[in-house]
Amino acid sequence: MATIAFQGLRHSYATGAAPQASFALSHVPIAFEDGGRFALLGSSGCGKTTLLNIISGLLRPSEGRVLFDGADVTDRPTEARNIAQVFQFPVVYEGLTVAENLAFPLRNRGVGREDARRRVAEILDMTGLAHMADRRARSLAPDEKQLVSLGRGLVRADVAAILFDEPLTVIDPQQKWRLRSRLKALHAQTGRTMIYVTHDQTEALTFADRVMVMHDGEVVQAGSPSDLFDSPEHTFVGYFIGSPGMNVLPVDVDGRNARIGGQSFELDGDPPGDLSGRLEIGVRPEHVQVGTTGLAIEVQRVEDLGRVRIVRARLEGHDLAAVLHEGEPLPADPRVTFAHGRAHLYRDSRRVALVGAGR
Amino acid sequence: MKPTNQKAWLLVLPVLGLVALSAVIPLMTVVNYSVQDTFGNNQFFWAGTAWYEQVLHSERFWSALARSLSFSAIILAIEIPLGVFIALNMPRKGVGVVVTLVLIALPLLIPWNVVGTIWQVFGRVDIGLLGATLNAAGVDYNYVQDPIDAWATLILMDVWHWTSLVALLAYAGLVSIPDAYYQAARIDGASQWSVFRYIQLPRLGRVLTIAVLLRFMDSFMIYTEPFVVTGGGPGNSTTFLSIDLVQMAVGQFDLGPAAAWSIIYFLIILTLSWIFYAVMTRDESK
Repeated sequence: MATIAFQGLRHSYATGAAPQASFALSHVPIAFEDGGRFALLGSSGCGKTTLLNIISGLLRPSEGRVLFDGADVTDRPTEARNIAQVFQFPVVYEGLTVAENLAFPLRNRGVGREDARRRVAEILDMTGLAHMADRRARSLAPDEKQLVSLGRGLVRADVAAILFDEPLTVIDPQQKWRLRSRLKALHAQTGRTMIYVTHDQTEALTFADRVMVMHDGEVVQAGSPSDLFDSPEHTFVGYFIGSPGMNVLPVDVDGRNARIGGQSFELDGDPPGDLSGRLEIGVRPEHVQVGTTGLAIEVQRVEDLGRVRIVRARLEGHDLAAVLHEGEPLPADPRVTFAHGRAHLYRDSRRVALVGAGR
Repeated sequence: MKPTNQKAWLLVLPVLGLVALSAVIPLMTVVNYSVQDTFGNNQFFWAGTAWYEQVLHSERFWSALARSLSFSAIILAIEIPLGVFIALNMPRKGVGVVVTLVLIALPLLIPWNVVGTIWQVFGRVDIGLLGATLNAAGVDYNYVQDPIDAWATLILMDVWHWTSLVALLAYAGLVSIPDAYYQAARIDGASQWSVFRYIQLPRLGRVLTIAVLLRFMDSFMIYTEPFVVTGGGPGNSTTFLSIDLVQMAVGQFDLGPAAAWSIIYFLIILTLSWIFYAVMTRDESK
């Protein structure tokens, strides 16, 4: 049990004097508090697996320290770190039975036979694998193999955190759901820190109570699922979370007056003083109101998703999506306004203010 | 019931024709010889199982069989573990891979009778590097006179020639193991021996089955190399089933017994290969 934190952590896979651009991981101002349920969310190549492997010690960071409860573990090998990891492809010791698989980490650490047997029995119950304890691991379904893999982490009494590296990738949709609810139940039961890496926002948002969104080797925002949805700190977060993602439109701001292309509208709140850099306004499709006043749009197509319709349109040459709820009409000459208190102003991709609506 | 279209069988005919020419017809010729007797002039007389009985009751057959089985058992016991050991120590990345692969594959590229000739000369007491050196060092080594030295030479030659094959197969099996297995093992605190025993060995199962089958069949049928090196001697101490068979068929022109011997020989290889295969793959069906 430990809080995992980092100090000036950076990693580059390039050897020798590496330029800034080649850092796979460059800015990780986060900590994983003991007992939490975390998700690292980001697209492929954003550095999330790199971070995971640095935590477990499979990878040594090129710069900075890794701290477990304040103690420097950067130079400690994986075996000495009390970290369990579940990989993308289920890893089981195929020739061993399920029970023997679970006993494997204990046996390697010299735990007594009697103790090991009791721990294994506990974990078998906990993971719901008890009825297949004597089956060979190679004959299991992928989701059962992942459970065995997870069980090998849980079986050790001293494990500080369990890391999951996209554990549902090779699992069928039906089993995915089963395994995911099992993971949450196991977290509630054991109180172990769990860190879950994924590129799937649904997996991240339903699993974790704190989600860290990564982009280009940086953690751009860490927060609860609703934080990420309501106030994305980075345009990438807005774009990556939500379906469809946030609309991000280049904007010129002068006082309370904002202009997109040839159309202008008024902001609710005052923008900050410093407006140098690239300015963008971000509004979620859910907060774009389609009506007969506001900014003129050209509708390209309407996707009917049953309960809602998604209007795909162009606003001054930029893509814009808006959500129309059941029964809401689409006017012949549609115009849009942004919901009060729901539009964000971004400077160089970072959020600087909540600027509200426009008309 | 819907009438079944039987025309698909026609598509099998070309293969059937080829197999008939390459395997079935020659085999049937041998079967034909094994149940008949001939005194030349293309006159044949029905002999029934007489030749089979003669072969199965001959001391000569059983001792050759024992020698062949021992030879296969010894080289399997050496080549399989040694091949796996070499594969485990081969580099996985970098320029070393190509260099090692070429070096390892080299013995496999040499024609069998050339391998025989190399070792025949290498082991000679008068001019051979191995034979002359051993004798100069005071070891009484002479494969022409001493049966044990003859066996040692043949085994050494086979190990030199064929361990590469096992090593290459095992290497192919090893590089196909995903990194995650090794990472999981580190997390589980597994020792090097545990990694071998519980990750590498189970994953090598398939390729090792192939390696054992190939090496068993090849060594059980070995002819060229011992024929070149020892010619079956000294005495008949290295006369394997194949060497004896050729002596009988070509040397003594005893076509009937030779044919019966061939059929029995073939059935033994078939049976033992099947047993090996069944035993080594029995886990997978569970």
